[in-house]
Amino acid sequence: MKRPAKISSLLNLLAPFLGLILVLVLFSALPEVQSRFLRWANIKAVATQSVIVALGALGMTVIIISGGIDLSAASSIALSSVIVAYAVNAGVPPGLAILLGVLTGGAVGLVNGTLITRLRLVPFIITLGMMGIARGLAKWMANNQKIDAPLTWVNELMAKSPHPSWLVVAPGVWLMAGLALAMAVVLRYTVFGRHVFAIGSNEATARLCGVRTSRAKVAIYTLSGLFCGLAGVMEFSRLTVGDPTVAVGLELDIIAAVVIGGGSLSGGEGSILGSMVGVFIMSFLRNGCTMMGWPNYVQEIIIGVIIVAAVSLDQVRHRRAAS
Amino acid sequence: MTSSAEPARALEMRGIGKRFGATVALAEVDFDLARGEVHALLGENGAGKSTLVKILSGALKPDRGEMWFSGWPYHPADPLQGRREGVSMIYQELNLAPHLSVEENVFLGREDRRAGFLLRRESRRLVAETLAFLGHPEISLDLPVRKLSVGARQVVEISRAILDRSRVLVMDEPTSSLTREDTERLFAVIRKLRDDGVSIIYISHFLEEVQAVADRYTVLRDGRRVGTGRIAEATLDDLIQLMVGRKMTDLFPRLAHPRGEPVLRLEGVQGVRMAAPVSLELRRGEILGLAGLIGAGRTETLRTVFGLDRMSHGRLEVGGRPAGPGLPWRRIAAGVGLLSEDRQGEGLALGRTLTDNITLSRFGPYRRRPFLSLRRRRQAAAGWVERLKIKARGPDQRVAALSGGNQQKVALARLLHQEADILLLDEPTRGIDVQSKSQVYTWMAESAARGKAIVFVSSYFPELLGVCDRIAVFHRGRCAGVRPSAEWTDESLMAASMTGKA
Repeated sequence: MKRPAKISSLLNLLAPFLGLILVLVLFSALPEVQSRFLRWANIKAVATQSVIVALGALGMTVIIISGGIDLSAASSIALSSVIVAYAVNAGVPPGLAILLGVLTGGAVGLVNGTLITRLRLVPFIITLGMMGIARGLAKWMANNQKIDAPLTWVNELMAKSPHPSWLVVAPGVWLMAGLALAMAVVLRYTVFGRHVFAIGSNEATARLCGVRTSRAKVAIYTLSGLFCGLAGVMEFSRLTVGDPTVAVGLELDIIAAVVIGGGSLSGGEGSILGSMVGVFIMSFLRNGCTMMGWPNYVQEIIIGVIIVAAVSLDQVRHRRAAS
Repeated sequence: MTSSAEPARALEMRGIGKRFGATVALAEVDFDLARGEVHALLGENGAGKSTLVKILSGALKPDRGEMWFSGWPYHPADPLQGRREGVSMIYQELNLAPHLSVEENVFLGREDRRAGFLLRRESRRLVAETLAFLGHPEISLDLPVRKLSVGARQVVEISRAILDRSRVLVMDEPTSSLTREDTERLFAVIRKLRDDGVSIIYISHFLEEVQAVADRYTVLRDGRRVGTGRIAEATLDDLIQLMVGRKMTDLFPRLAHPRGEPVLRLEGVQGVRMAAPVSLELRRGEILGLAGLIGAGRTETLRTVFGLDRMSHGRLEVGGRPAGPGLPWRRIAAGVGLLSEDRQGEGLALGRTLTDNITLSRFGPYRRRPFLSLRRRRQAAAGWVERLKIKARGPDQRVAALSGGNQQKVALARLLHQEADILLLDEPTRGIDVQSKSQVYTWMAESAARGKAIVFVSSYFPELLGVCDRIAVFHRGRCAGVRPSAEWTDESLMAASMTGKA
């Protein structure tokens, strides 16, 4: 059977959103939550809750497309949140504290990238090591406890009701949307972006074609680190304290979002749009389950099923497209 | 195993038809295979050879047609069943587990066991006997397969098929990565199997080899059988004419290409993977051939020049100037381009589109700071697809979906697009059909005429003799001698490659 070209291209356009639409439709149909689920206040709350994972996923998408992985993302977020709290506490101006937090993430990424290219070890190993190192550093810096910090405008970045009310949603949400758009453009319309795809698809080919693969990889991990740093700032903003034990296991959520969104762990595939949809599928699921009063383990099971289902559906789609 | 009651026909295929969407891959193809014969299946890429053998092995189901195996109706549901019935495929990319030993590979999936424990003594004896029967008793049973040469790996794969009691073996381009010596040894194995009553379907682009080893041939063109007969009664020209549908009088175009100043000079250059220092000189407008056996150091020399391998000794001049540290992007900037011998592993990013692959080495023309003009990039790629007659749906198609010959053209298109002045071509015609080969030769001659300098590595001596101005012979990492092509013959190239004496 051949579908008319128009419908099939429409389906292709919608394909990345199908999972999200499915989740939204499902919960809106449940009588217990339908009155609250698709309400503006709830959507705003979900968007705000998504910011941290989304920022991490922006960097992780680039890494995964390049054929790598970053297990240290969540530790890096925690470290950066501690650094920001430390700085704010020490009287550093908030703007500078934010910069320090972002740069902390960048530094972690830079070290990751440098070690991966210099030691020629697989990213899994290097970032697994860094996962422990960054987490340990964070705990050390914070003396193994939460760092309290005075309230500043940094904490408004993640406020549910933003201060100048014309912002409508928290500044962090705007930041997330803007950066997602920027990264989508970078991946598609810049030389760097094309190189990322080439390296992930076949690193040997990329080298053969004159792509400076080591330099590109250091850039990729550093960029992703900067995003983790920013996510750490948002984490601090949300919690108002620097907590070195925050976001444990969050790297897996981030990776799951990218993978649900069509990123391939063998590299060469993935998109910012897909990853963002992945983030929101997980956020809305969590939100819906909580509203239903379902226990935590139900969410975990559902998300696990979604990961497997999304990836296998994606593969079916690919195979059909290839034949 | 073999009983005299078996009919003389091992296999019969009647009216086989197969279409993929709108394309007819096979139309009413008849094919029969006698017991104990080597039957060459010939045709250009895309003629339907692989579809036919995939149907035979059970990997594909025909839309129509009948098959009989040893006189019985034969409808394999999948390759495993085909194998059980006695049809084994020996693929171009071998199906062996590199970390397992020879013995483990041969018995993989059907290990003799008792209560879960392996019974190795019996399987070892069987494997050793089979290897000895094939004339390769020297292959050690305990060696991990990755440590074997490609030729030896093939023998291991054949052993597996024999121990499966296969009566029909399909060999797809079995010699494409073998040395001439290994090829001869493979032929000895094939003849032995044939004399033992095994039937072999032999797919190859090397027609001289086909003439040497096959008893009969069948030629496919555009999914139809256009000829079949005894190989002894057909000339090379006949076969080529059947395959391409017209006479190929001038396979090697001769264009005048005056030689200019030296553009590449190697003085005692030795890379980390080269066995000995090499000195060579290449001039503008010249095609220099590098002949030799596989592993003679030709590929390593190219890779060192291109900066993929580190240079440990010697002096390298590119474009009249000493070349800086060896990094591919620096060489590309200096006007050097390399076509990798490993098309699938290194040469192409198979998962990416034609556009990405063709333009990857030169984004310059499409830069609109800080962005890329994707539209112009796509247009440029589309232009190359048209100029090189690459058979593809368009520049947005993934390279993985193309046939081998068309993939090779994509890799060539990249070099052309890169506008490299010095072209290092490593086995550019391997595994592609006659017509594509002819196009590659024409393109090389035209490039040289336009003042480009070409190094052409090939293990197929006739094409070196047909295309090159000078030929250097490599032997065990050393350059044994350089002479104008006219002073070489097929035989002297062979002798020099084997002995190192030019």
